[in-house]
Amino acid sequence: MALGSDGTRRHLRVFNIGLNWSYIATLNEHTRTMADSQQVLDSVVQSDYKYGFESDIEQELLEKGLSEDTVRFISAKKNEPEWMLEWRLKAYRQWLKMAEPQWPNVKYPKIDFQDIIYWAAPKKKEGPASLDEVDPELLATFAKLGIPLEEQKMLTGVAVDAVLDSVSVKTTFQEALKKEGVIFMPMSEAIQEHPDLVQKYIGSVVPTNDNFYAALNSAVFSDGSFVYIPKGVRCPMELSTYFRINARNTGQFERTLIIADEGSYVSYLEGCTAPQRDENQLHAAVVELIAHADAEIKYSTVQNWYPGDKDGHGGIYNFVTKRGICEGARSKISWTQVETGSAVTWKYPSCVLKGDDSIGEFYSVAVTNHHQQADTGTKMLHIGKNTRSRIVSKGISAGVSQNSYRGLVKINARAENARNYSQCDSLLIGDQCGAHTFPYLETSNPTATVEHEATTSKIGEDILFYCNQRGIDTEAAVALIVNGYARDVLNQLPMEFAVEAQKLLAISLEGSVG
Amino acid sequence: MSLLKINGLKAGVEGKEILKGIDLTVNPGEVHAIMGPNGSGKSTLASVLAGREDFEVSGGSVEFLGQDLLEMSPEDRSRAGLFLAFQYPIEIPGVSTANFLKTAVNEHRKARGEEPLEPAAFLALMRERMKLVEMDPSFLQRSLNEGFSGGEKKRNEIFQMAMLEPKLAVLDETDSGLDIDALRIVANGVNAQRSADNGIVVITHYQRLLNYIVPDHVHVLWNGRIVRSGGKDLALELEAKGYDWIKAEAQVEA
Repeated sequence: MALGSDGTRRHLRVFNIGLNWSYIATLNEHTRTMADSQQVLDSVVQSDYKYGFESDIEQELLEKGLSEDTVRFISAKKNEPEWMLEWRLKAYRQWLKMAEPQWPNVKYPKIDFQDIIYWAAPKKKEGPASLDEVDPELLATFAKLGIPLEEQKMLTGVAVDAVLDSVSVKTTFQEALKKEGVIFMPMSEAIQEHPDLVQKYIGSVVPTNDNFYAALNSAVFSDGSFVYIPKGVRCPMELSTYFRINARNTGQFERTLIIADEGSYVSYLEGCTAPQRDENQLHAAVVELIAHADAEIKYSTVQNWYPGDKDGHGGIYNFVTKRGICEGARSKISWTQVETGSAVTWKYPSCVLKGDDSIGEFYSVAVTNHHQQADTGTKMLHIGKNTRSRIVSKGISAGVSQNSYRGLVKINARAENARNYSQCDSLLIGDQCGAHTFPYLETSNPTATVEHEATTSKIGEDILFYCNQRGIDTEAAVALIVNGYARDVLNQLPMEFAVEAQKLLAISLEGSVG
Repeated sequence: MSLLKINGLKAGVEGKEILKGIDLTVNPGEVHAIMGPNGSGKSTLASVLAGREDFEVSGGSVEFLGQDLLEMSPEDRSRAGLFLAFQYPIEIPGVSTANFLKTAVNEHRKARGEEPLEPAAFLALMRERMKLVEMDPSFLQRSLNEGFSGGEKKRNEIFQMAMLEPKLAVLDETDSGLDIDALRIVANGVNAQRSADNGIVVITHYQRLLNYIVPDHVHVLWNGRIVRSGGKDLALELEAKGYDWIKAEAQVEA
């Protein structure tokens, strides 16, 4: 029953356009998709943050605060080799000398980094060997999130590396991956089992001193995912990770490293939801991608951290550094993100196009509602010859939120015939929100071709009345219009994620009109 | 039971009264034409019936299939079987005509306690109904009304009407901006939907549409009131003589 990646995309297209006649035959096999589409509309009437619950799993906590001892504790807890500890300590010492960035177009109270717990792990009962042995409460938690491991396993063919707080709890499909030589495991295990690979690549794309939050992450990262695709291997399934923050006051610092060796291909999915709480929480992840010659990495994110309540209380601070390097010729890195959550988002998944003829892509839907603030976009750094990049950014602002696109296209002197196309659209719902676009363009080579298109539109009363007159209520109309508007981006997602993303768009815009 | 029963309806916008007491009854199987010069209140009547919030009802009542129409939300009016063909259909970028209609039809079905239509059955139904207005199936995948010509938009309205199968359709100047061929196509599409069970209210400025959609009753709206009602011959009389004589007559009566 596993769907190949080609098949997945075909169904996705059917789903998003609604009915694409040439694929009607496949549609019947996947009535689940249509039912999900209905659920999108049904879920619109719910008004509270859907994933706002806290599971009652025993926690192991470190005291609040950050010092060299904290870093040593975390490293020791994970039995890390000396070089890893030294790397963390170096990052920590760099971090001490750095300042929080002030330039993003967001406002939030000053963060007290000594008031954060830097380590929390679910207590292990007896190392679970199969799903049956996993804490039933944990499984129930995943069921509530709508990501039952078993169903995922059977229906979708997605290997799931589920991270609850900081420790990876369950990894599936290891066997099939092992056969192809694919390494997909928690970062903490990779440090033990593949120290050479980790040491070679960690920090090679995002150096420890890259920015304030990257330095912090490097010092205290708890866990994350490690992926290595060997030469010439097309990863047989979509790799998927779900993150959750599950302990009060627990900052979460994920570290992900994906290496696609020559001529390989991997599609990686990351999605998150977080329980409701009052205190603000810091989430500062680092993701590094390395694509060697002729390799392709597709990285998709659905981000739904708790955005805070309608009055702007609580919510996650999401300060993420994501960057990929197209190291080899003809390599390709594609970022797709659907950002609906977090109180404050600060995130610019970027591509360093070093290899000649390499390609970078960025597809983004960022939704802000109520008091949410997002400053997100991308950086495309053209270094190699004939490098190409494409940026499609769709911002959606509602309530009294502020949504900023910030993007840099930089063409270096030796990047002959580089090409960029950027499309930045803003959709406003209501008249109290803000949409801002900050495109930066630096060209040092006269052969470059750079195109930028931008539009701003508004869901106005005329459109809503037209939909109402056809029997479509306002919430459903907003969901319909927003999903249509975001279609170019949603089309880039694998099907399972597209379904989830559509639900999230609808849910996060509840109550935004009238 | 009558489909629509309007009694002494008064409505306006921002304190200005536009409809000054409308009485109109539409029974199943009937086609009514409402004619009148610009600014007489024709489109306001259509908007008030559909429930547009910009207009404030200040008096009178409207019954639709025995229900108090004015108490219903616009979407409930639609689901109960009231359809408005817009004078200026709205463009919705990114939402295909097929997806829009699928959502609308399934909302109607849900209101009736029915399951959503199977995709294949829905496709077949759309293709069949498009033929009524000679629309090419390629329109289904295009964004709703985006880049459609004026005539294509109006045909799309009548196609939507055919998909939703309303009890009462109000066509607001559906003939405006149509060339003679498009007018014939649109009229044929409407005529194909006439039945003993449903009613149609045709709002128009010109008589020529009524050559194709032949009404049972013709009403002349002027200055917020229906000042004259008659059979289909009244439309021909108006075409020949213009509206001035009606205005003069109405002023004498007032």
